[in-house]
Amino acid sequence: MKVLMFGWEFPPHISGGLGTACYGLTKALAQKDTEILFVVPKLFGGEDNSQIRILAANQVINDLSPKESKMISKNISFIQINSSMLPYIGQQDYYNIIHKQETIKQEGQKFEFQGGYSENLLEEVERYAFVAASIAKQNDFDIIHAHDWLCYKAGVIAKQISNKPLIVHVHATEFDRSGENINQDIYKVEKYGMDNADKIIAVSDFTRKIIINKYQQPLEKVTSIHNGVIATENNNTHQQNSLNKKIVSFIGRITFQKGPDYFIEAAEKVLKKDKSFLFVMAGKGDMLNKMVALVAKKRISKNFIFTGFLSQEEVNKLLSQSDMFVMPSVSEPFGIAPLEAMQNSVPTIISKQSGVSEVLKNTIKIDFWDTDSLANAIYAVGNYPTLSKCLSIQGKKEVVETTWEKAANKIVDLYKQLQK
Amino acid sequence: MKSICFYFQVHQPFRLRPYRFFDIGENHNYFDNIQNSWICKRVAEKCYLPTNKLILELINQHKGAFKVSYSISGTALEQFELYAPEVLESFQALADTGEVELLCETYSHSLASLASEKEFKKQVQLHKELIKKHFKQEPTIFRNTELIYSDKIGQMVKDLGFKAQLAEGAKHILAWRSPNYLYQHSEENGLLLLLKNFQLSDDIAFRFSQHDWNGFPLTCDKFVSWLDTEEAECINLFMDYETFGEHQWKETGIFEFLKHLPETVLSKSQFTFSKPSDLIANLKPKDKVLAPEAYSWADEERDLSAWLGNDLQDDAFEQIYELEDKVLSSQDEEIIRTWRHLQTSDNFYYMCTKFFNDGDVHKYFNHYDSPYEAYINYMNVLSDFRQRLSK
Repeated sequence: MKVLMFGWEFPPHISGGLGTACYGLTKALAQKDTEILFVVPKLFGGEDNSQIRILAANQVINDLSPKESKMISKNISFIQINSSMLPYIGQQDYYNIIHKQETIKQEGQKFEFQGGYSENLLEEVERYAFVAASIAKQNDFDIIHAHDWLCYKAGVIAKQISNKPLIVHVHATEFDRSGENINQDIYKVEKYGMDNADKIIAVSDFTRKIIINKYQQPLEKVTSIHNGVIATENNNTHQQNSLNKKIVSFIGRITFQKGPDYFIEAAEKVLKKDKSFLFVMAGKGDMLNKMVALVAKKRISKNFIFTGFLSQEEVNKLLSQSDMFVMPSVSEPFGIAPLEAMQNSVPTIISKQSGVSEVLKNTIKIDFWDTDSLANAIYAVGNYPTLSKCLSIQGKKEVVETTWEKAANKIVDLYKQLQK
Repeated sequence: MKSICFYFQVHQPFRLRPYRFFDIGENHNYFDNIQNSWICKRVAEKCYLPTNKLILELINQHKGAFKVSYSISGTALEQFELYAPEVLESFQALADTGEVELLCETYSHSLASLASEKEFKKQVQLHKELIKKHFKQEPTIFRNTELIYSDKIGQMVKDLGFKAQLAEGAKHILAWRSPNYLYQHSEENGLLLLLKNFQLSDDIAFRFSQHDWNGFPLTCDKFVSWLDTEEAECINLFMDYETFGEHQWKETGIFEFLKHLPETVLSKSQFTFSKPSDLIANLKPKDKVLAPEAYSWADEERDLSAWLGNDLQDDAFEQIYELEDKVLSSQDEEIIRTWRHLQTSDNFYYMCTKFFNDGDVHKYFNHYDSPYEAYINYMNVLSDFRQRLSK
């Protein structure tokens, strides 16, 4: 089976969970008799191409006839994108990014791409779709598989050129990123991709429901396939910190989606009763300043630390000192962070409004808005050693079984269905 | 003589309310009165009242040929007094017929037999007095929580003056032997044992409405034809009373089945109905049973793993019994009573992590989303309780 896959990022050059997910997924698929051509806008060097072929869109020679070019341009620009939000950064940051609209320009026979999430993102999305036409013409494949809205247009164009079935893989929707105040243009691109797909993969039942209800997709078209986690050799032992306090960590972007305000509210409730906790909020995002102010207002800054952005190495260090990891996300299509904490033997507390809560058993699940329950769980993990020991040992055991192989099996089944 | 012996377990726990850490040291109300009352009334309406009515009719109809036995936990009896006195009255009416035998158990349906001989004996005593008070019967037969039995428990039960105990006819205990005979404790002249025929009992209790079971649908004729193929002196059909109308809904036809079973048995088979005390008066023990390890009637394993074995359960269990001396020396009735309610086995059942496999049955009885949640709640309560004790 040959698969033409469109992604936006690939390790090591990643800024969100999408690249990690694509890496784990393609690696597992490669073990299942699947030949993958993985397209990214641009290569940054260091990508692991041992098991899949990686193609950079900026290396593709455009060989469309003028007639084809015209047709494709028309198809691509059917949606006028006027303003937009980037998927993996917060609301305020978005508004700071200017939407420089340019028409698609061909420079020689190749297109330029910056990759990542630059100011020219929307332009690049369109250019990417344009190049997809040439890629579809030049390569032989059975299935097209496109990850998230950035790649949907490319997927649809490739389908129009090749007549091969298209799967769109939804790792997040605009509703996760922005709540109810969605960006209509991105919504339209998402819906366009889903409408034109033959099958839709959702990373959780949580996301599947959103796809069915908010994008009006038929039930039978949408399949939930949960992400896995890449096994790491991790023998981190818990390190006692010198502060002699129980460390409760929040690690992630400090944005609406991640529920940092609920974390602070719960912290206040715990500290009112028990001062032996230290709350750590690691990451940056558009709500950071607001959160700093909130902690000050609540007068809990003695027991609260903001670290700013942390490198992976620093995250690992924080995890090794953490007594628990909390993910109070308001809306989390999947949420790989708790799995990483569990790999580090750290007890976790996660919101029920997350895809990952559908697969995990050895964690404490709360509703993000129920800060009484969140505080109660934090207090308990900090005060009942048997509980924290169980969560740590059983959690680590469980996460080992949350493999990408399971996801790959289901995806291969879906490929086979579509080939018939 | 070939007998069928029915024994029904009646139990309701005092469920804990969501007890948050804010409450520790502030609030000493641990129990969810609203939920407990609601469940008690619901089960009364769906099961206890209609089934008691039916059993009473059957006893009257068969004039001494139909008999059953019950064990009603002390916590269930307390709840009937509080929330559904008509249930207690209907059980009393049954006891008054003379065809109903009441068995003795631990007052709070506890696992005390595994933790403290002193507390176990005390709870048995308390339950015995309660049965006497409500039903004017002096129980002579014992059944332990969830049919938990071991040689050691059998010895304690004998010391308490009981003649026989009910237990599971588990394969690992009986091996090639049939449960359909009277057995005996491993020691000479030991306690007599009535062992559950789990095949036939579970056909009614668990499989009655299972459409994918090859015995479905279960009719009285079919069941009686199965009885007749058994080599037996006594077939012990032991089950939760809530089977009738609660686990198996009325719509499954379970009441119709129960209604016609006695007449079918009496007219179409060689079996008659006996109470446990009739059996031990008429039968000779066939063999001795060796049970060095405690076992129960639960799940495939028939072991204790529904209540004990994972760290959460063992920790909570150890902590509640650690308090024994302090609790008793407090001589505070309210403290002692609360401590006993906290011993109820259901509390540990909620912390079972086996539900990954045995999910269906466990989930049904569990109002917590996860064993972790159950443990947290229990430990919060225990934290407050401990504080009260040390004052």
